[in-house]
Amino acid sequence: MFKILKYSFYDLMRSRWSYLYFIFYLLLGLILLFLNRDVSKAVITLLNIILVLTPLIGTLFGIIYFYNSKEFTELLLAQPIKRSHIFWGQYFGISLSLSLSLVLGLGIPFLAYGIFQSTEIFNFMTLLLIGAMLTFIFVALAFNLALIFDDKIKGFGVAILTWLSFAVIYDGIFLVLLLVFNDYPLDRFALGATLFNPIDLSRILILLKLDISALLGYTGAVFQNFFGTNLGIILTFTLLNLWIIIPVLAIKVISKHKDF
Amino acid sequence: MISIKKLHKKYGKLEVLKSIDLNFEDSGIHTILGPNGSGKTTLMKAILGMVIPNDGSIEFNNKPILGEWEYRKDIAYLPQIAHFPQNLKVQELLNMLKDIRPGAVREAELISLFQIKPFLNKKLGNLSGGTAQKVNIIIALMFDSPLILMDEPTVGLDPISLIRLKKLILDEKSKGKLILITTHIISFVEEVSDRIVFILDGNIYFNGTIDTLKKQTNQKNLENAIANILEKTNV
Ligand SMILES: Nc1ncnc2c1ncn2[C@@H]1O[C@H](COP(=O)(O)OP(=O)(O)OP(=O)(O)O)[C@@H](O)[C@H]1O
Ligand SMILES: [Mg+2]
Repeated sequence: MFKILKYSFYDLMRSRWSYLYFIFYLLLGLILLFLNRDVSKAVITLLNIILVLTPLIGTLFGIIYFYNSKEFTELLLAQPIKRSHIFWGQYFGISLSLSLSLVLGLGIPFLAYGIFQSTEIFNFMTLLLIGAMLTFIFVALAFNLALIFDDKIKGFGVAILTWLSFAVIYDGIFLVLLLVFNDYPLDRFALGATLFNPIDLSRILILLKLDISALLGYTGAVFQNFFGTNLGIILTFTLLNLWIIIPVLAIKVISKHKDF
Repeated sequence: MISIKKLHKKYGKLEVLKSIDLNFEDSGIHTILGPNGSGKTTLMKAILGMVIPNDGSIEFNNKPILGEWEYRKDIAYLPQIAHFPQNLKVQELLNMLKDIRPGAVREAELISLFQIKPFLNKKLGNLSGGTAQKVNIIIALMFDSPLILMDEPTVGLDPISLIRLKKLILDEKSKGKLILITTHIISFVEEVSDRIVFILDGNIYFNGTIDTLKKQTNQKNLENAIANILEKTNV
């Protein structure tokens, strides 16, 4: 598996898209620090960008890489390698290289700015961790979809739709529900719904960590009332891990039954 | 070496292999014949574990292959269509495969046999069809495996390369290897094969030597014998 991981990792690191992704974060970090001069505000702005962007990029890179390396995958399938290791190797290769772009791209400007002397260091680190976790989650989802849909166009469409649902449509639906059913207690429903959205979980986790109730939003506030801050953090973190583990295992299960 | 029992494979509603029973015990060259779409490639991919059967079993050296992967170190596979990563150079691809699967003892010998040296630094996507097929052959045969599966190995080769390929296959046979080949080139079948397996409508229609087939169909040459089978079943 590690050899495949290595090749996928280098393959992606050599592509200009990875550079662009890295440079984007580098510029973003520089600009934010330049404009704000206040690390804690920069972290909040960064949060909103990371919550939308890492899932989108993870989805796009995941699905495109899978379809583009189909030929090589077929060659590998005839070799003495476990099926799951082929796909896991590619998966970890992509996820790691994307996460590296994120961590280096943002890490360099913040380090230069002296983040280590700041009290914000742990919040900043949490943010990077969440960005990396979202990357791992959405690349895994994209891989599953690519395995299910042989048709590139279909797979691509469904993957984008998945990202859109978690990032945008979910919030919209919630807003409508709150408006329509504002007489009914939606707490439990909100709790349940949050479990099914890794982006919302990430948002709640980091805001609990930053201790900014004002930005928690409806689902976040319910979460905090229900579990308190500390338990809330542990719980969201655990759930996010499940959001990685389950799709990663699903890659094995789905690929096992597939014809190539 | 390979024992296939009641193998059944369908893609959606399309039943490709209905109930295939086949044994390949000895060494030698066995050609798998059948019209387009009869399931020859599917059968080879099933042996490799790339296609998952709906029913039946395949054993390799008396062990079921389902879910296994280690047995593939004993198989060299030449796919029907050479799908390569277009942006890699020939040498880069060879290096990657050697790294992933150790034991590519014959790389240099095959590169010189098919005169691929001038192309080693070319992108795979820019190779001519025949040259790509030669690279395909090198990738398959550089590993010294007791079982060789070749899916239409002659496609796109010029006459000289074809002669070299034939010699190569016969050499492998003399080393005691088991070689399964699919092809539509009848003269090639006559020259190399020890046994023919003819697949038709998802079943084994014929399994035996060329002579037996000729006798069964009352034909003097193989081409007519095969045409005879196909015509009879079309009526
Ligand atoms: N992955 C797949 N999904 C759906 N159908 C498939 C798939 N692979 C093959 N088929 C179908 O199965 C049938 C058998 O295909 P196969 O490639 O095994 O035939 P073949 O005997 O090798 O034909 P040819 O002589 O043209 O190479 C064909 O009708 C083909 O369209
Ligand atoms: Mg075929």
